[in-house]
Amino acid sequence: MASPNLGIREHSHGAGEIPISRLDVHGSFDPQSFPVPTGREEEWRFTPLRRLRGLHDGRTIADGVVGVEIQAPGEVRVERVDRDDPRVGASFLPNDRVSALAWDSFPQFGQANVITVPKGTEAGAPVFVKATGTTHGDAYGHLVVRAEPQSSATVVLEYAGSAVYADNVEFVVEDGASLTVVSLQDWDRDAVHVSHQFATVGRDARFRSFVVTLGGDLVRLSPSVRYVGTGGDAELHGLYYTGKGQHHEHRSLIDHNESNTRSRVEYKGALSGEDAHAVWIGDVIIGEGTSGTDSYEHNRNLVLTDGTRVDSVPNLEIFTGEVEGAGHASASGRLDDIHLFYLQSRGIPADEARRLVIRGFFQELINRIEVAELRERIMAEVEEKLASHE
Amino acid sequence: MTKFEIRGVRADVLIGAEEREEILKGVDLTINSGETHAIMGPNGSGKSTLAYAIAGHPKYEITAGEVLLDGENVLEMSVDERARAGLFLAMQYPVEVPGVSMSNFLRSSVTAVRGEAPKLRAFSKELQQAMGGLAIDSSFAARGVNEGFSGGEKKRHEILQLELLKPKIAILDETDSGLDVDALKVVSAGINRARETNDVGVMLITHYTRILNYVRPDYVHVFAGGRIAESGGPELADRLESEGYERFVKAGAGQ
Ligand SMILES: Nc1ncnc2c1ncn2[C@@H]1O[C@H](COP(=O)(O)OP(=O)(O)OP(=O)(O)O)[C@@H](O)[C@H]1O
Ligand SMILES: [Mg+2]
Repeated sequence: MASPNLGIREHSHGAGEIPISRLDVHGSFDPQSFPVPTGREEEWRFTPLRRLRGLHDGRTIADGVVGVEIQAPGEVRVERVDRDDPRVGASFLPNDRVSALAWDSFPQFGQANVITVPKGTEAGAPVFVKATGTTHGDAYGHLVVRAEPQSSATVVLEYAGSAVYADNVEFVVEDGASLTVVSLQDWDRDAVHVSHQFATVGRDARFRSFVVTLGGDLVRLSPSVRYVGTGGDAELHGLYYTGKGQHHEHRSLIDHNESNTRSRVEYKGALSGEDAHAVWIGDVIIGEGTSGTDSYEHNRNLVLTDGTRVDSVPNLEIFTGEVEGAGHASASGRLDDIHLFYLQSRGIPADEARRLVIRGFFQELINRIEVAELRERIMAEVEEKLASHE
Repeated sequence: MTKFEIRGVRADVLIGAEEREEILKGVDLTINSGETHAIMGPNGSGKSTLAYAIAGHPKYEITAGEVLLDGENVLEMSVDERARAGLFLAMQYPVEVPGVSMSNFLRSSVTAVRGEAPKLRAFSKELQQAMGGLAIDSSFAARGVNEGFSGGEKKRHEILQLELLKPKIAILDETDSGLDVDALKVVSAGINRARETNDVGVMLITHYTRILNYVRPDYVHVFAGGRIAESGGPELADRLESEGYERFVKAGAGQ
């Protein structure tokens, strides 16, 4: 189930075989530079392409509707701009066909949203970005969040409703800034969502991401982190509850291309119900000529019923001898009998003991989200899913 | 008045899918409320096995004999039913359950055992008091169950649960091991409070006579080779302290 790879691993990507460390170099804004995936490619082999409803081959009929609403405190600037605005597309290159197609297609749906936290500003309240699908067809979006030097903010992305949606999100965390992002995939059961979240972390900047995926038919989310200065710190936390028939795929890529950078990736999920499928791919690259990298990634899956499937693959590529620390772990399993025994031996009935342990599994992560109302909401939704799968 | 009877109990430890090994080879013991029975015996003789098997630990299976609590067949009950019927086991190695906060856990277990949720205010006062009595810092309530607790901290929390759950019969498996001198007094005082206020019957598994100076036993049993090899009064503990278990180990070696 879990097959950790160490060392250089070849990825099939287009015409030639390239290691993951070359992915960004091979990116392109032109969808034509990426052949239509067949499902045999390393980066597509876990994704049920049929259920993408054309997002990967370029259906681009654009008959869906996804509305985006933004709520921000006064000190944060919110703008809608055209694609040729210099701030749009400045921090990333699409690294797969869906990302390039989303780039190509979003102008049909309006403009890109650009959220700016001005230099030295501490946002007094979270910024809420709510994307709601109201018509189930394909739709595309683009969002840029810029935390200027020495600023700090929390941004909450929330996806809800029904849609077939592909988007690119750029997080630019400039020198000394601190940005926390909560991305809540709370789609209706029939939604399809392919999302790329590109974070660029400046000198001594801090980026924290909490990805919470509960809804949808298929959600494939690829958060990546690139450092553009020394001393950057990135934490990616993830939580998913994959129910009957759902496909939840998270693919993180951390590129330690600068010295003295730190990263932590911790994704935790629970699966229950027939054909619940969770995929976690954790790529970490520690680049040539860098030193003092401190990196750890971890994926845990709680398998609650038969009939589920987990694919959990950490990949670590190290191109330097000067590493501070690098490690990975992946574990998937049932609830621990001994945990349940302990709780039951104190009189707690079996089903309640189960719920306590599962809740505890998620609570650890949820507690780290600093937006209290969100913590409660997420826990309530996890509870709801728990209840419906018992 | 409670009567707890262990009759002819044999039990296996379940090692693998097919593999098992008999550890308990016919244990007989009766404990009445208010009585304290010390169980002493060499390492590996099966003391913890007896404790776990009675509690219903999934790694052990009782293959023969019976366990009765006031005539009720304990072995037909699920683990949680046993606890609600009034059995309590303080474990030699309390289990860490990450993510479940101690306070949430204690509230759930007290609610289950008492059959109704205690009033929030009253419970937090009760908890505070019980924790204070065992010199447990209030910050522990917010931590995960036994998560990262030191050995001694885990033992104190087992006794905290003993005091909150007020069982009829408590099995304390090496609760004194790993405690410093002061902690031993604090924990012993907790056990004695439970004896005085609830008239609990106690099975106290220990290797040391030191705790027996604080928690006076009515009976002392020597456990060897998966059964009780000899029973006596408190003086037996002193004799074991000077003589060791040699004669029991030899006697049990043939089986
Ligand atoms: N999984 C296992 N596989 C094999 N033997 C086991 C297993 N679990 C327990 N045992 C054996 O069962 C025997 C009884 O163990 P138990 O823990 O009951 O002893 P104990 O009397 O409590 O010892 P101690 O005084 O050291 O706590 C030991 O010999 C132990 O090695
Ligand atoms: Mg033992």
